[in-house]
Amino acid sequence: MSTTGLAEREKETSGAALTGERAKRPSVLQRFAENRFALVSAIFLIVVMVAAISAPVIAPYDPTRITIGTELQGPSLKHLLGTDPNGRDVFTRILYGARISLSIGVIAMLISVFVGTTLGAVSGYFSGWVDSLAMRLTDAMLAIPVFFLLLAVLASLGPTVPTIVIAIGLTSWMTTARVVRSEVLRAVNLDYVLAAELLGASRGRVIVRHLLPQALPSMLVASTLGVAQAILIASALSYLGVGVQPPTASWGNMLSDAQSYIFSEPMLAIWPGLMILFTVLAFNFIGDALRDALSPYQN
Amino acid sequence: MGQYVVGRLAQSVVLLIFVSILTFGLIHVAPGGPAVLLAPGMSGAQIAEAQQSLGLNDPIPVQYVRWLGHLVHGDLGRSYSQGLDVTTLITKRLSVTLQLLFTALVLSAIFGILIGVVSAMHRNSLIDHLATGFSFFGMSVPTFWLGLMLIILFSIKLHLLPSSGAQTLGQPATATDRLEHLLMPAVVLAVANLAQIARYTRSSMIEVLQADYLRTARAKGLREQSVVWRHALRNAMIPVITVIALGIPRMVGGAAITESVFAWPGMGQLAVDSALQRDYPTIMGITMMVSVVVILTNFLTDLSYLLIDPRVKLNRG
Repeated sequence: MSTTGLAEREKETSGAALTGERAKRPSVLQRFAENRFALVSAIFLIVVMVAAISAPVIAPYDPTRITIGTELQGPSLKHLLGTDPNGRDVFTRILYGARISLSIGVIAMLISVFVGTTLGAVSGYFSGWVDSLAMRLTDAMLAIPVFFLLLAVLASLGPTVPTIVIAIGLTSWMTTARVVRSEVLRAVNLDYVLAAELLGASRGRVIVRHLLPQALPSMLVASTLGVAQAILIASALSYLGVGVQPPTASWGNMLSDAQSYIFSEPMLAIWPGLMILFTVLAFNFIGDALRDALSPYQN
Repeated sequence: MGQYVVGRLAQSVVLLIFVSILTFGLIHVAPGGPAVLLAPGMSGAQIAEAQQSLGLNDPIPVQYVRWLGHLVHGDLGRSYSQGLDVTTLITKRLSVTLQLLFTALVLSAIFGILIGVVSAMHRNSLIDHLATGFSFFGMSVPTFWLGLMLIILFSIKLHLLPSSGAQTLGQPATATDRLEHLLMPAVVLAVANLAQIARYTRSSMIEVLQADYLRTARAKGLREQSVVWRHALRNAMIPVITVIALGIPRMVGGAAITESVFAWPGMGQLAVDSALQRDYPTIMGITMMVSVVVILTNFLTDLSYLLIDPRVKLNRG
């Protein structure tokens, strides 16, 4: 935000004070849309999501059926991105892969935000031993190499989509917990919270209705960045073979298929990777822009 | 100060016990834990006998204490898949992983800090924008895919670097050969961390550069170079060191992925193989070993605050 922006804002507020009108400060959405990267990212994600949802309609082929005689074809009008070693259409598999990869990212994020928010809110509200226990747990989870824990868990529970989602969700809530806790701590002594308590509101109600709304902006940022992280981790697990299992297409396991053909067919490895990169990049850009848009007076 | 060190050491030990409970518990409580998977194709009676002899029928806490007892003596059990002692299996590979990890850590710290400082000094310049773009790329690119792309470029198209392994087989190991094999995996592993460090260094530097004591330093007539690199950087480093330390656990996970891409014969690759073969003693052993390394590093990082920031001694010592 430049100095002219500040001056304008001052003018607007003083004008509003004079006329008694509401100040026309740019809304969060407007500030968000000012960031061109974030806007492009949002459009990209919407396109990918719509394509993923309508994959059964728009995908030209079956994503898993192995056909003989069409292996490893280059891009053509029939096969936009060519075919894989099993004769399956790469474009179709990218579309279906988007369904899996995006769902895993979003659901894992929801779990991690739920756990992180609960833990953060409870520990911020009830200080004392509850707080220190929750925070030591958070520190511990941050200090250990979680990826190896994921490998161990998926080895013992078996790599199905639900276990992957739950395992990622349960190992990635730490940032949210910390952020929510600090927001709750900041709000817990404000007058309106004390007023609610004096009026006899239950602890649960105080947390959910009065404290969590304060943490909502930070939760929104953390969850956007969380989807990005979850997609990256899930794709890595699938690539290593302990994630989504073939024949189901995910962007990660498409890449592990492609690796054996990397010398002869390097293009096979490029498309799924670009999809992961752009999707994760988009979520990161949006998260960053949200952070700026939601806290306009920082920087 | 002595008290501070002892306190932190105690915390580290508690953390390790926590990790051990978590790892052990997750594997043994899970349906289809080690008892079931001992060996496919065994008859019911054989399974029962094997479970009895391995103590898998005892209550979980009893099994845990026994496991922990062995662990303290350096005995991690026997690998299901390779029939070897897990401790031997791991120690052979630990140094190979540490080589990769250490190189990547040094690369990411040096270049991350350098990029961060230069961006902060030339805020909103072209260099700054390029650095920000690079940071976003580094945080978003899947490690394994970056590895594959570099292999396509440098090994397959340009024939400049070897695509896998830690040294050329069947040749006497030379330093150049080792370095050539190390370069790509180390860079791939470093990128995400480098991006993170660059971002934090930049914002920390921007904040510090506005401090009063730097105005004083400039007013004294110190050269800008000296102001930035000697006076500002030292203070800007404090949050950056935290970020470097926090990044290590994630980097260790990244090492598992990187090792698989480049067939780097380290612990990460072993962990992935063991996970695929459900070799529980090995994967538990690796998780514990890696945690010890990570927690030890965190402990050393905390000690490094004592050197860089004297206030730590006053506040917590």
